[in-house]
Amino acid sequence: MAFEFTLNGKRQTADVPGEMPLLWVLRDTLGLTGTKFGCGLAECGACTVHLDGRAVKSCSVSIANAAGKRVTTIEGLSADRSHPVQRAWMEEDVPQCGYCQSGQIMAAAALLARTPHPTDADIDQAMRGNICRCGTYDAIRRAIHRAASDERGSGPDRRKAGPDPVVRSELGVVEQQS
Amino acid sequence: MSATLSVDRREFLKLGVAGTGGLLLGFYLPTRAGDAQAAAAAVKLNAWVHVGTDDVVTLFIHKAEMGQGTVTSLSMLLAEELECDWTKIRTEFPGVDRAFGPSQGVFGSQSIRSSWTPLRQAGAAARQMLIQAAAAKWGVDPSACRPERSVVVNTTTNARLTYGALAEAAGQLPVPAPPALKDPSRFTLIGTSAKRLDTPSKIDGTAAFGIDVRLPAMLHAVVSRCPVFGGKPATVNDTKAKLVPGVKRVVTISSGVAVVAENTWAAMEGRRALDIQWDEGPNASLSSASLTKLFADLAAQPGAEARRVGDAPAALASAAKKIEAVFEVPFLAHAPMEPLNCTADVKADSCDVWASTQGQSAARQVAARVTGLDPEKVNVHTLYMGGGFGRRTASDYIGEAVEISKAIGAPVKLTWSRIDDTQHDMYRPASYVRFAGGVDADGWPVAWTARIACPAFTGPRPGVDRAAVEGAADIAYGIPNILVEYHNPDARIPTHYWRSVGYSQNTFFTECFLDELAALGGKDPLEVRKRLLAGQPRMAAALALAAEKAGWGTALPAGRARGLSVVNNIGSFTAQVAEVSMANGAVRVHRVVCAVDCGYVVNPAIVRQQITSGVIYGLSAALKGAITINRGRVQEASFSDYDVIRMAEAPVVDVHIVPSTNPPGGIGEASVPGIAPAVANAVFALTGKRVRRLPIQTETLS
Repeated sequence: MAFEFTLNGKRQTADVPGEMPLLWVLRDTLGLTGTKFGCGLAECGACTVHLDGRAVKSCSVSIANAAGKRVTTIEGLSADRSHPVQRAWMEEDVPQCGYCQSGQIMAAAALLARTPHPTDADIDQAMRGNICRCGTYDAIRRAIHRAASDERGSGPDRRKAGPDPVVRSELGVVEQQS
Repeated sequence: MSATLSVDRREFLKLGVAGTGGLLLGFYLPTRAGDAQAAAAAVKLNAWVHVGTDDVVTLFIHKAEMGQGTVTSLSMLLAEELECDWTKIRTEFPGVDRAFGPSQGVFGSQSIRSSWTPLRQAGAAARQMLIQAAAAKWGVDPSACRPERSVVVNTTTNARLTYGALAEAAGQLPVPAPPALKDPSRFTLIGTSAKRLDTPSKIDGTAAFGIDVRLPAMLHAVVSRCPVFGGKPATVNDTKAKLVPGVKRVVTISSGVAVVAENTWAAMEGRRALDIQWDEGPNASLSSASLTKLFADLAAQPGAEARRVGDAPAALASAAKKIEAVFEVPFLAHAPMEPLNCTADVKADSCDVWASTQGQSAARQVAARVTGLDPEKVNVHTLYMGGGFGRRTASDYIGEAVEISKAIGAPVKLTWSRIDDTQHDMYRPASYVRFAGGVDADGWPVAWTARIACPAFTGPRPGVDRAAVEGAADIAYGIPNILVEYHNPDARIPTHYWRSVGYSQNTFFTECFLDELAALGGKDPLEVRKRLLAGQPRMAAALALAAEKAGWGTALPAGRARGLSVVNNIGSFTAQVAEVSMANGAVRVHRVVCAVDCGYVVNPAIVRQQITSGVIYGLSAALKGAITINRGRVQEASFSDYDVIRMAEAPVVDVHIVPSTNPPGGIGEASVPGIAPAVANAVFALTGKRVRRLPIQTETLS
């Protein structure tokens, strides 16, 4: 049957079995391959996306459970790599192989939306489900702190490079939830 | 080694990479640094630099990117001599070709080592041709022209011509003899922490990994394999599998039963519905316990000689004090984040393979064998790898995809699940070592014997498997009497290269046993190493730097201790000091100070990344990694029981680079071997208990 949801700010339908994981709907049915398959068991975080602003493992969310909700993937975080987390990732040159980084970035973005100035302990807690086999953890930690201080700033640079309107409203909802 | 430089376009065009106008310069890159034989026989070009009329510089090179920063570092080498805007260099991995030599791929931390001279020479030659073209246009001597960020400047008139504008004319000029290279004192790019070129595409989801390949009319497959190594399907009932929505075909291939479907999930659901009776074959009774017994029995007997210095048995007999110890490590999975996958499209007269692979040549060979096609008809398309760690030098998964595509006559993407990846890996072999050592009356080591039982890394073979004994047979310590022997047990578990190969285990063994000898002689671990490394200045210097930066010998807070290690592998010299504590029955590594001499450093930031990466990778194995076998099956399945280091457990890694003007060494595997012994030695300093088995068993420490 057809399931309807909001994908990166646009209405989307997918005519697939209801138990099909969101991950595979995104990757195979819709062709959004930025979200990665790592384990299919919610143990590694490579498939992390936002569901109504919350970080979830898309391998373990069925399309039926995503129906009617807002899904944001790495492709929708910003149109031009301008999300503060992406900018911090660029500044710190975080990725190595890069495979886990979509999930790391989505987990970090959800953390910062909820907790704008996380402590190291907050970061450990929020990121514990995201594995990186290249061992970029320290760079990720630095980048999250950098993004947190970036969000504090409100200069013209921040406005110029801010998220597009769709994503901004997405973040707005997240901020209200926290 | 001098580069072979040419503008012959025929070889280039044969590879099917676009070559339109502009300046095209081919050169030869050896598979391994110092491969003089290959260089002498190099009649074919195997790498190209193209300067387009649009100013874009493209490097076609037979490497691949798995996180080690190759794309960035190679572009820096080229740009340093070409004097181009290096951020505009595009790197393309061309299709595999015999011209690239018998083993095209990325392994052994070779990329920078093998490219260091030829790539810079190619850049210098291209620059010279562009300058010559400009000089001809202006009617001036080339000495009146200066290259500057993709532009040639007329130093008399200040006129400027872009590389793009000069590319056509430069392409008509003869290639100069290999030009003189810049003195390193004039480097402006090499040696800087330039940002990686692959970062932008890796933070917005656009980087294309093997698993992201999508072809028109492509189907998706998974394979059910016998849980016991070497087993085969006896009976297959696919009735229920074929009823799963989206499942198209079920085909038996040499490694098992493939389910082909409209999408990956449907294929996985179909596999779950298969009813297969397996013929488990002769390995169904294998267990970790039976393998340990096999190894231990062998290690009780003399083995093939891997190294002999002096007369170790006699020296041992007359030593003032002696000690024996047995060390063990288990099989290890590679566990890259991107599960193995391959997309294949087999047609009557061609085969295309898209894969994240470290071994393009091997991929082509296996595809040719499976299809029966001439290797020239096989095209291998290289994509970004979501981690390789040695696993992707094997091509088992490529052969599977080709078999399935051939069977169904359609393009297909084969995906391994995480459980497939864990249970059907080709593992870092387990190893068992029986050591004996002795010290003289002054407490200095005088005798060292090691008897190693370790399955060969790439399958059974006669004699000493150099990979299985590297790091043990070639210990650099000046001990006067050394005997290293080797047994190659027929474990019947598939094995393969794993990041840092034999050093991944042997450095743990040797660096820990050396600490035991130091303690036997009443010496400090640093003091013993300094004395025994008198003939190894680069190792000694790395060790001294790490010890100094870590404050070796200074007081630590209560409940913390340090341990150290030093190793020479892949042409680099790496010393580590780990600082540990124990809490709630677990070893906690707080800080690792690492000093590395990897020769001339192309990009210090990438060196730091790779050192940190290796420490975390090695630490996962030291604290957590074990593949265990029972009833011929791997017991672990995924990250829940084959766990790895997570954010909260990752130590701070403090990297110090020893300044060097030596040619570059490798870096991708440099820091993996030394972390386990540094941690194990620190655990001894903390608890008084020796760690002789990995992963560290905390219950034996309390």
